Amino acid sequence: MTDPFDDKSPIYLQLVIIFKEKIANGTWPVGGRVDTVRDLAVQFRVNPNTVQRALAELEREKLVFSERTSGRFITSDEDTVRGVRDHLANLCIREYADRMSRLGYGSDVILKMTEEYIREKRFSDNRGVREKGEEKHDFD
Amino acid sequence: MISIKNLNKNYGSTVVLKDMNLELGSGRIVGLVGPNGSGKTTLLKILAGLTSDYTGKVLIEGSEPGVDTCAIVSFLPEKTYLSDWMRSVDAIDYFNDFYADFDRLKANEMLTQLRLNPKQKIKTMSKGMQEKLQLTLVMARNAKVYLLDEPIAGVDPATRSLIMDALLKQYCEDSLMVFATHLISDVERIFDQVIFLGFGEIKINEEVDRIREKYGKSVDEVFREVFSCLVSL
Repeated sequence: MTDPFDDKSPIYLQLVIIFKEKIANGTWPVGGRVDTVRDLAVQFRVNPNTVQRALAELEREKLVFSERTSGRFITSDEDTVRGVRDHLANLCIREYADRMSRLGYGSDVILKMTEEYIREKRFSDNRGVREKGEEKHDFD
Repeated sequence: MISIKNLNKNYGSTVVLKDMNLELGSGRIVGLVGPNGSGKTTLLKILAGLTSDYTGKVLIEGSEPGVDTCAIVSFLPEKTYLSDWMRSVDAIDYFNDFYADFDRLKANEMLTQLRLNPKQKIKTMSKGMQEKLQLTLVMARNAKVYLLDEPIAGVDPATRSLIMDALLKQYCEDSLMVFATHLISDVERIFDQVIFLGFGEIKINEEVDRIREKYGKSVDEVFREVFSCLVSL
């Protein structure tokens, strides 16, 4: 496992994000059981109380819930899961926009550059395919 | 679980622990960090009941460290004390006879986890293997307090990870673990709380995540800053 943690922010907050990502992308499936605190502590090589704290935060946000006897489960509510995914996406975008504006770009330019980048990327992806195709033609 | 009030300890005219006050509760993994000679080992030895010529009050579950507390305190000293002729299985038998709270099953499980051969003689083991065996013996007790003096100092980084996994797997949730180390970056994530010891005094005693929140840095970085300051003074 590559180390998913940074050295600056509190570990429980990083765990909250990591767990949310797993819920958002379905690695932890909707309605599924959450591993035990000890298992998660071993998996992520972190303190069990820190795992507990992160899970408590997820519970507070209604992403997981406890069943008294059978453990913790991920919410079955797909809207909630979609909500988390959108939230995480927004965090990415905000971070990106903040960095761009720190570099001195205004909103219009940021939008334009982003659009160009994405179009360029698509274009080059497509071109990549087309070029391969053309090469084949040449050989023919 | 552990209560320390006005603890002082000198070796001759050298002050090792200076008027220390500390309370530690159960269900926690506590990192005890500090440069060489800061008093970590002395503090652990006092808690383990091996050093008694101190002043102040030290209580473990209400008793002074000694015969009473030996039954609930499991101590990993810095130096090896096992006999050369023994094999891992013999050492396990020995501990099993000696401590009522020893869990043979747990010991065997940990031997496997740490990839030790039960039949190998201690004489033929590397330093790292001996350390792993010793840690196995100490952790296989169902103790209330675990005192570990530099349990990862002599092993390579891969083995360090193996040991941390084993510690997290075997650790009893309602016990207290005090883990002395100067290799902080490798282990800070398994601590609830860290105590910085410098020249016999507690410099910082705080939750790991509080330290990160407050300084925006890892415990390891804060440690370097605090102690490079102290050294330059």
